[in-house]
Amino acid sequence: MSTLDDKAEETVEQVETTKCPEKEQKNRACGIILIFFVIGLVGSLAVGWLIFPKLLYSQKKQPIDFNHVVHVAAVEDGCESCHYFREDGSFSGVPKLAQCVGCHEEAQGENPEELKFVEEHVTKGNEVPWLVYSRQPDCVFFSHASHIKMGKLDCVVCHGHIGESKHSRVYEENRLTGYSRDIWGKNLAGLKKDTWDRMKMDDCAECHAELKAKGETVTTLPWPINWMPRPYEKPASSQVRVNIQKDACFVCHK
Amino acid sequence: MKEQHKNTKAKKYGMVIDLDKCTGCGACMAACMAENNVPFKKDESNKLDSITWMRVYSLTNGKKFPEADMCYIPRPCMHCEAHNGHAPCVSVCPAVATDYNHETGIVSQIYTRCFGCRYCMAACPYHARYFNWWDPVWPDGMEKYLSPNVSPRMRGVVEKCSFCFHRYQLAMNKAYVEGRRELEEDEYQTSCTQACPAGAIIFGDLNNPGHAVNQIAKPDPKHGGRPMNPHAFRLLERLGTNPKVYYLSSREWVRRAGDNYIKDEGKQGNH
Repeated sequence: MSTLDDKAEETVEQVETTKCPEKEQKNRACGIILIFFVIGLVGSLAVGWLIFPKLLYSQKKQPIDFNHVVHVAAVEDGCESCHYFREDGSFSGVPKLAQCVGCHEEAQGENPEELKFVEEHVTKGNEVPWLVYSRQPDCVFFSHASHIKMGKLDCVVCHGHIGESKHSRVYEENRLTGYSRDIWGKNLAGLKKDTWDRMKMDDCAECHAELKAKGETVTTLPWPINWMPRPYEKPASSQVRVNIQKDACFVCHK
Repeated sequence: MKEQHKNTKAKKYGMVIDLDKCTGCGACMAACMAENNVPFKKDESNKLDSITWMRVYSLTNGKKFPEADMCYIPRPCMHCEAHNGHAPCVSVCPAVATDYNHETGIVSQIYTRCFGCRYCMAACPYHARYFNWWDPVWPDGMEKYLSPNVSPRMRGVVEKCSFCFHRYQLAMNKAYVEGRRELEEDEYQTSCTQACPAGAIIFGDLNNPGHAVNQIAKPDPKHGGRPMNPHAFRLLERLGTNPKVYYLSSREWVRRAGDNYIKDEGKQGNH
């Protein structure tokens, strides 16, 4: 900003040397406008990129600080030991208290978080009000069975390396929508490095379109108008069974 | 995986409703509303406003006492296939909020995509679509009884029967976990089918010769799915909507009432 101000001053000086009072006034006015413009621009950028996101997301702590590393080391089946499929094909998601009690009827160590968990939840029988990072909006139907069992996807693809976390991270809730920040993604500019950075509809579509291009049959989102740019490449393969244009909305919406 | 997909045949889920068995009790309507979180108002006396994915209509033959006869017609969404999935509602939707799924034969309705222009309602010849004029207001405590598998709709969108599509998804989940890609007939049944005390509603895959709906209605794929069973008919058959809901009746006047005829036109079946 300082360089711009310097420039503005320079122009004012130049004008003074020409000794033309009308021009001088005009240029001074221009300089002032420019200064205010720059101040305004920088101010709005700061508000938009720094202050607003802070205001938009509330910071919440998980009721119990959970250590995934310890648990993954202790169980035999990896993620599916606690996050398992029920017999009816539904996915259990975040474990209920009954499941934790299997091992934690009494505190197994000295960890204050575990003691707190046993004291406040196990002995009193209160469910832990976990905050679910990946909770999707109500209109979304996501089938863990089709992705894990049929698609043979790894949990990490969507959930990241949460299994390697030693502490529960802060849960950021969008104050307007009530959804977790994990859905929108951490990066404000919408940039994405890994598949687990975001959980928006476009992120589902990205993977589906990519697989479809390879000839795998996955249903993709419709793009109603043909000349409009698509958010993903149109698959080159003609071996796709499901029509790409339409008909797949009901697969992921309910 | 690709091979497996190629081997799975496209389904065509449909319904056969036996009007000789239907008593008009309305259990299907009640079951449907509960299953699909269909909103209702405190005062439902204005039937033009009420939302009923499944609605039972009553018909009379208009004759005096000795010949007087009645018939009840339950009407879900017909899930018209028309020609190659160009159902009346699907082809007019400017938002692709509704479309025909060639895999299951179900006409979807995506509430978050719908912006409420109601073209589809105008296009639907069966009045199967309903508009949400208000946000749903549930009586105290009822929110906890809503089905988590169906998202409640908001004001300003159109909704309709989905053949309990969420039940299909849940059944598929179970199949996936068991390593299957095909469903048994009884694994996916709509709520109204299961609620009907008279057993008048039968549901299944019209493409599957092993399913009861196929055996009873005997759809003729060469003639737009027209039933080969002489007692079976579809509503407004001659519009060419190719609906997937078949009706059965042994009574000629009922079968005739399923379509519009000019006075003194030939008997049903001569079109």
